[in-house]
Amino acid sequence: MAVQEPAAEVAESGRASLLYDPKIRALISQVALILLVIWLGYSMITNTISNLERQQIASGFGFLGTTSGFSIAPSLGTYIVDYAEESSYGAAFYVGLVNTLLVAFIGIILATIWGFILGVARLSNNWVIAKLSTVYIETLRNVPLLLQIFFWYFAVLRSLPNPRDSVEFGANIVLNTRGLFMPRPLPEDGMGWVGIMVLIGIVAAFLVRRWAHKRQEATGEQFPVFWTSIGLILGLPLVVFLILGLPLQWQIPELTGFNFQGGMVVIPEFMSLLLALVLYTATFIAEIVRAGILAVSHGQTEAAHALGVRSGPTLRLVVIPQALRVIIPPLTSQYLNLTKNSSLAVAIAYPDLVSVFAGTVLNQTGQAVEILLITLAVYLAISIVTSIFMNWYNARMALVER
Amino acid sequence: MSDTALSYVRSEMVGESAPPASTVGLVGWMRKNLFSSWINTALTLFAIYLVWIIVPPIVNFVIIDATWVADDREGCLAGGGGACWAYVEAKFGQFIYGRYPVEERWRVDIVFVIMAIGTITLAIPTLPYKKWNSIFMLVIFPIMAFFLLVGGYFGLPHIETPLWGGLLVTLVVAITGIVVSLPLGVLFALGRRSDMPIVRLISVIFIEFWRGVPLITVLFMASVMLPLFLPEGVTFDKLMRVLIGVALFSAAYMAEVVRGGLQAIPKGQYEGSQALGLPYWKTMGLIILPQALKLVIPGIVNTFIGLFKDTTLVLIVGLFDLLGAIQLSFTDPKWSTPMTSHTGYVFAAIGFFIFCFSMSRYSIYMENRLHTGHKR
Repeated sequence: MAVQEPAAEVAESGRASLLYDPKIRALISQVALILLVIWLGYSMITNTISNLERQQIASGFGFLGTTSGFSIAPSLGTYIVDYAEESSYGAAFYVGLVNTLLVAFIGIILATIWGFILGVARLSNNWVIAKLSTVYIETLRNVPLLLQIFFWYFAVLRSLPNPRDSVEFGANIVLNTRGLFMPRPLPEDGMGWVGIMVLIGIVAAFLVRRWAHKRQEATGEQFPVFWTSIGLILGLPLVVFLILGLPLQWQIPELTGFNFQGGMVVIPEFMSLLLALVLYTATFIAEIVRAGILAVSHGQTEAAHALGVRSGPTLRLVVIPQALRVIIPPLTSQYLNLTKNSSLAVAIAYPDLVSVFAGTVLNQTGQAVEILLITLAVYLAISIVTSIFMNWYNARMALVER
Repeated sequence: MSDTALSYVRSEMVGESAPPASTVGLVGWMRKNLFSSWINTALTLFAIYLVWIIVPPIVNFVIIDATWVADDREGCLAGGGGACWAYVEAKFGQFIYGRYPVEERWRVDIVFVIMAIGTITLAIPTLPYKKWNSIFMLVIFPIMAFFLLVGGYFGLPHIETPLWGGLLVTLVVAITGIVVSLPLGVLFALGRRSDMPIVRLISVIFIEFWRGVPLITVLFMASVMLPLFLPEGVTFDKLMRVLIGVALFSAAYMAEVVRGGLQAIPKGQYEGSQALGLPYWKTMGLIILPQALKLVIPGIVNTFIGLFKDTTLVLIVGLFDLLGAIQLSFTDPKWSTPMTSHTGYVFAAIGFFIFCFSMSRYSIYMENRLHTGHKR
């Protein structure tokens, strides 16, 4: 009985010591944590302000409006923003942003295609194809991306011929150590109509798809949606283009002196960055695709075959829709990795966001805090938008389930 | 009734006839795996063609046409135009130690040897004393390595970090990253699954921030922004700043890996330990984390592989890791030949491949060991 006495005391006071109340404990530790974070933030900010004053570095975002005074290698960004040395730092920022988005966008598309091919190839019944794909995947994913970028840039693309002995592909496309030169399209009046037609074609294709889907549900009749869509999206603008009398001129690159002038150029920095990113990320996507396909139970394939469905439609209608559910979440993080890895451009001076803005602009202005904050914010925004889109797509895919 | 009236009944089986020659042996295997249909045949021929155009040039460059012994660029230029391995041999010390003074390199060697023994004994699951081994590798070894490498105590001369380079920097960055990020990652993973809303919020913000930005910007931040955050008079050298950046960056990834393990532990384990009256930290430390961390060993190894490859990025902020040291050696006029850069890249690729590939094999091995459930 003596053992129970303390408990009786507790019962008298109605509760245990406040120190042992989990709610109070949680409150105290959270308040302590907030105070710690506030103190850290406060000391960081005051230190930064005093350090900046001591080093006499300007602060604020006013620098974005001042003239940059440096030139940027020709790239999609400089074409779109119409960048020149007299442009502002803000314009340089847009050039970098456009270039980052460009390499990330094209990279994601190509890496997805190449990754799916590799992933399916690794599962192929064909022994040679499967082994070849395995060796490719295991080799490239175990070698650092930066090394691969250096390899393509310094070892491969540097050994291309000089502009004077360029490799010619016909149609005025030439490849040399300065890049891949192509005719540049110069739109004339009326080209806008062709663009509008493309949009109309896409909307029409979408409507046709919905209508065909409804009709198939109701009557079971199928409709060639794919070819109709191709016709609408490509054919419609083409017809308008021909009716308006080819409102497009081509500016052809010409050899003047030691280099080509005019036209459009894909610079070697872009090519090597894109090559390395695609070849490297595709190995990870291939493994994701392989895991996804293996995750679909073999019974599904057998059941489809038992119903008399052929191999092609089985893969397309039974296996892949189920595999996609496993594939999409890790695929999203690979897309984000590719986007983030495109910042390695700074190593070979492809004018992406990090190279132009966090590199050149930072060195010229010295405003490290503002510039890095903007850069980080851009990458965070890209990450968030991509995740939201992929989550939406994932949710759409998951609806297939009962 | 005599037996002869019965019809003939075979009393023993006829031996099986041999399978058709086209379905067994090498021919059968090839028919099944290489030439089962015309598409398959075309693919096989295409793959063989690819191998034919890719492999012989590589073998030629790396082995057949390579120059193995030479005193300087002349020797390699006189060779068959293949890899200049003599250059790698001449620069090998620089690739491993950077500009670490030659007479002090034994210190680095000791660290390498202890590290190799410690990790290998830790990696083999059947060896005993895992707990003491991990405490040694995670706590004692880093301290020991610090004193050995930096020096300045016990009569060892002080070696400044700008002199470090090559594989040494690669390993220092990668291992510091993993050793620091493991406890930090566990803390943030627990924070993200905590019941306290503010702890959860701070953990989520921390994790998602570092996971959302590229490592390059983190390194830029560490090298130009971090000095601004510190009070006047407090300075870190460049390697230290990079280490801080890398550690925080990988802590976020580690936190997500550990969170995966925490989620895989059945709820009954939490409830059971609560029923025993264990408080939070004891529940986690004695019941949940030992199980969860064991589950995520493959994930930890994969994070380490990623970190190991990402250490190459430090060359962008001016540290010379293995790739940086190799890149730097291209500028030496003594060995400047058209093949030098190719040779250097092949060497770097082989070096990284050996490390990463063996680690990834280990991770797959552990996964199979831990994954004892249903497999088809």
